[in-house]
Amino acid sequence: MVLENCEIETTVFERPDSLTGTTSHYCPGCTHGIANRLIAEVIDEMGMREKTIGVASVGCSVFIYNYLNMDFVQAPHGRAPAMATGIKRVLPDRMVFTYQGDGDLASIGMAEIVHAAARGENISVFFLNNTNYGMTGGQMAPTSMPGQKTTSSQTGRDVETQGFPIRVSEMFSKLDGASYIVRRSLHDPKHIRMAKKAIRMAFETQVRGLGFSMVELLSICPTNWGISPLNSIKWLEEKMIPYYPLGDYKIHPALAEIKL
Amino acid sequence: MSLELMKGNEAVAEAAVRAGVVSYFGYPITPQTELLEYMSHRMPELGRAFVQAESELGAINMVYGAACTGYRTMTSSSSPGVSLMLEGVSYIAGTELPMVIVNVMRGGPGLGNIAPAQSDYNQMVHGGGHGDYRCIVLAPCSVQESVDLTVLAFDLADKYRSIVVILTDGSIGQMMEACELPPMQPLKTTFADWAVQGCEGRERRFLTSINLDPAAQEEMNYRLLKRWIDVEANEIRCQEYYMEDAEYVVTGFGSSARIALSAVRIARAEGIKVGLIRPITLSPFPRQVYADLSDKIKGMLVVEMNAGQMLEDVLAANRYRTPTDFFARLGGVVPFPDEVLGEIHRMVETPISTDGHPRDRWLARVLAKG
Ligand SMILES: Cc1ncc(C[n+]2csc(CCOP(=O)(O)OP(=O)(O)O)c2C)c(N)n1
Ligand code: SF4
Ligand SMILES: [Mg+2]
Repeated sequence: MVLENCEIETTVFERPDSLTGTTSHYCPGCTHGIANRLIAEVIDEMGMREKTIGVASVGCSVFIYNYLNMDFVQAPHGRAPAMATGIKRVLPDRMVFTYQGDGDLASIGMAEIVHAAARGENISVFFLNNTNYGMTGGQMAPTSMPGQKTTSSQTGRDVETQGFPIRVSEMFSKLDGASYIVRRSLHDPKHIRMAKKAIRMAFETQVRGLGFSMVELLSICPTNWGISPLNSIKWLEEKMIPYYPLGDYKIHPALAEIKL
Repeated sequence: MSLELMKGNEAVAEAAVRAGVVSYFGYPITPQTELLEYMSHRMPELGRAFVQAESELGAINMVYGAACTGYRTMTSSSSPGVSLMLEGVSYIAGTELPMVIVNVMRGGPGLGNIAPAQSDYNQMVHGGGHGDYRCIVLAPCSVQESVDLTVLAFDLADKYRSIVVILTDGSIGQMMEACELPPMQPLKTTFADWAVQGCEGRERRFLTSINLDPAAQEEMNYRLLKRWIDVEANEIRCQEYYMEDAEYVVTGFGSSARIALSAVRIARAEGIKVGLIRPITLSPFPRQVYADLSDKIKGMLVVEMNAGQMLEDVLAANRYRTPTDFFARLGGVVPFPDEVLGEIHRMVETPISTDGHPRDRWLARVLAKG
């Protein structure tokens, strides 16, 4: 081999400092891992790793503190926004975020999240909506789709007796305290890039002291949905997005000038 | 020394401020609300954090977050609100964090009423939340003692990475008395090696109460227990009155002890050799004091504003050696000194029966009266 024909290696992809490198426990194909990584990349890009405190919730992401390389605390089921409030009020110059599933945020923790948003609590929330309780084995969540089969709605969610799904982003868009409320999806590279931008915007909202920010991330749970990751992605696209439209539900005017 | 006339709840709030509390989170509930109201203006005035939470669940988890930073933090509530907080209390215990909680007890169970009661002794002293943990529980009987124990509470919380409960009630919380407030302490500037504040210049840290491995959880449980042995060795506090030559003893905590003391003083004036034992730390409980009671003591009367919750701890500590009777008012009814005096007279006139349980004999007396 002639040396002149060798190209100098350049690194085009590497593990962000904000990821520990620990092997995750997420199931193959699960989008939790993508969301974890996006948050890590954004925190790296903002140079905020040493000034960030994460609040883990209860759900499949409970061990997120093993994957993200920064200070972390772990909240009781649904209470992450309250813990984040306590931290942020004592340390206002730190960047504080919660990472919560749909059972955690929209069921048991609905009071905590609504009031954090209504207070305009200056925290960022990453809300993984996979339309079920992943960790406990796929029970019905407040976000489960009408007709969706889960282990606790085995013939499909019957809205007559089990009620209707909650569209969290739409609901929060009516709260004056909320400054940045958007819904994104993790089903393909284009949407993943858009999700990353939204995560950045949420943190920018906080860093600018503009108040509550939340990114809802439509996600898949192949294990409990009982279909392959590929079919899960299809299901997300065909069933979830029409019910949970992607888009910006509330954007503080001061955010308009930020170009990513 | 300068004395100020202050309401119990407000005096505790100001004492906490002076002890260096940096954040307060609470929710309104009578008879505790003045504490929250006081903090709502006092904390922002000093640039410190105050949030009126959406519920006691919210409040205790805000405290949980704030405690993770290593700064001093607290909440306050009354019985039904404290029940709601117990999830968070268990997690805070499981994460080994210092924090102070003031429980201004009222009548129960259920919504009960807003009158003073002591019916949450077991809840605070013997658990409440899930899992194997203990809280240090301090029981003041006056506004001044509430102030002093508040300062102590923050020190003990930090020293033992422990939850410290100030267990008081509607009468002590609401009464106004002259008290001397402590000096304003500087805020903490150095922090323990577990405090989560962002990992600038150090390895990152995380705080959690999860131990999926039972062996690791057992290790944690041992650690809590070992720490508790230190607490028991160093922190038991108990006040004795007229015990030197006592032939009879009355015992109780907080308000009931204070009322009983009035009765004891009258009895002393009548020439009855009666003394009083008042545990200040309900947890750790001053077991030795009851274990060591002289054989000369002819009878002991336990007075509470609950159906004999501390009574069980007294009996166990005393190993049923001293003939013991019980007297209580329940549901938010506060006993009069006269009622306790009557019980002292009865104890002196007719030797205490040792048949059955003191609670059963007391109830039989109550029912017989109709
Ligand atoms: C107080 C309490 N109730 C119930 C549970 C059990 N539990 C653990 S995770 C979970 C559901 C989590 O679902 P979600 O928030 O949607 O997260 P996912 O696993 O789907 O990511 C439940 C009910 C718990 N840990 N604590
Ligand atoms: S159970 Fe579902 S949400 Fe949980 S890790 Fe597996 S695929 Fe992901
Ligand atoms: Mg879920």
